Amino acid sequence: MSDVKKPSNPWWKFPLWLLLGVGFGAVLTSAQVISVVRVRRMFAFEEPHMFLVIGAAVVTGVISMLLVKALRKSKTDLSGEAMEFKDRPMQPGIIVGGLLFGVGWYFTAACPGPIYALIGTGTWTAFAILGGALVGTFLFGAVKKYLPA
Amino acid sequence: MDVPITDPLPWYIAGPLLGLFVPLMLLLTGKEPGVSSSFRHACAALLPKSGLDYFKYDWLKTGLWQILFVVGILLGGTLVQFALGGAGVPLFLPENLTAAGLAVLFGGGILVGFGTRYADGCTSGHTISGISNLSLPSVVASICFILGGTAASFVHRFAFGGTIP
Repeated sequence: MSDVKKPSNPWWKFPLWLLLGVGFGAVLTSAQVISVVRVRRMFAFEEPHMFLVIGAAVVTGVISMLLVKALRKSKTDLSGEAMEFKDRPMQPGIIVGGLLFGVGWYFTAACPGPIYALIGTGTWTAFAILGGALVGTFLFGAVKKYLPA
Repeated sequence: MDVPITDPLPWYIAGPLLGLFVPLMLLLTGKEPGVSSSFRHACAALLPKSGLDYFKYDWLKTGLWQILFVVGILLGGTLVQFALGGAGVPLFLPENLTAAGLAVLFGGGILVGFGTRYADGCTSGHTISGISNLSLPSVVASICFILGGTAASFVHRFAFGGTIP
């Protein structure tokens, strides 16, 4: 019994990820951050709504993660797995990719999360955005070795 | 298209809720919220014979959690739109429905896909999760997102007569 290998993730995590996604998508939609109206007004500095949503999310995230790190020394989740903090080193793509994404965000009015939420609302034009995003991802994979890393 | 513009869920509720997903997801599941890697998983799944190193990995094992998360986001949109009274705001413009408008969405989508993969993260991965974990590159990336969008807005409005709805 004891040498049976523990599966890397308990089964209940999988429906939980789906459920967490539902919550995340519902908030994005209710807060209207998936709307072309809000995105255009943000990038024209016409209304602060989007900036306030993002800013409040960041402040809440920073404070709550400081608390988590201070109180949970083990750095594991509730199932005992290590919490995965994605390490993103400084590289040219942070700036170049970031700027390109910003331009795309303006013209599509959708960052990646909202693309999926938009499709869920029946906004069929979002399939054009998703199709483009997959082509862009493929292009990145194709030219990655020629880009400065 | 006759959807009137009504007030959104206020920022002081929506923002903290989104931010709380970082500790919530890390504590419950060990993963931090992120969306744009799902494009990579999709390419790896759709093009198993691309021959490109970037798509050569076990996408199902690495990415299943994230695929479930983004399917959930999609269903969250459905839930609000069809069961909770709707987003209360137009989600597209008449100009999006022309061939040229769809081409703009597609081209913009290419920039979203390429840009988020080159930057290794989007508004959720970098701005919400990355900054919450005090990552300096995520701060720089987030500033670049806003700068890129602001520059695009400026050019669109002043050189091409773009409007703000």
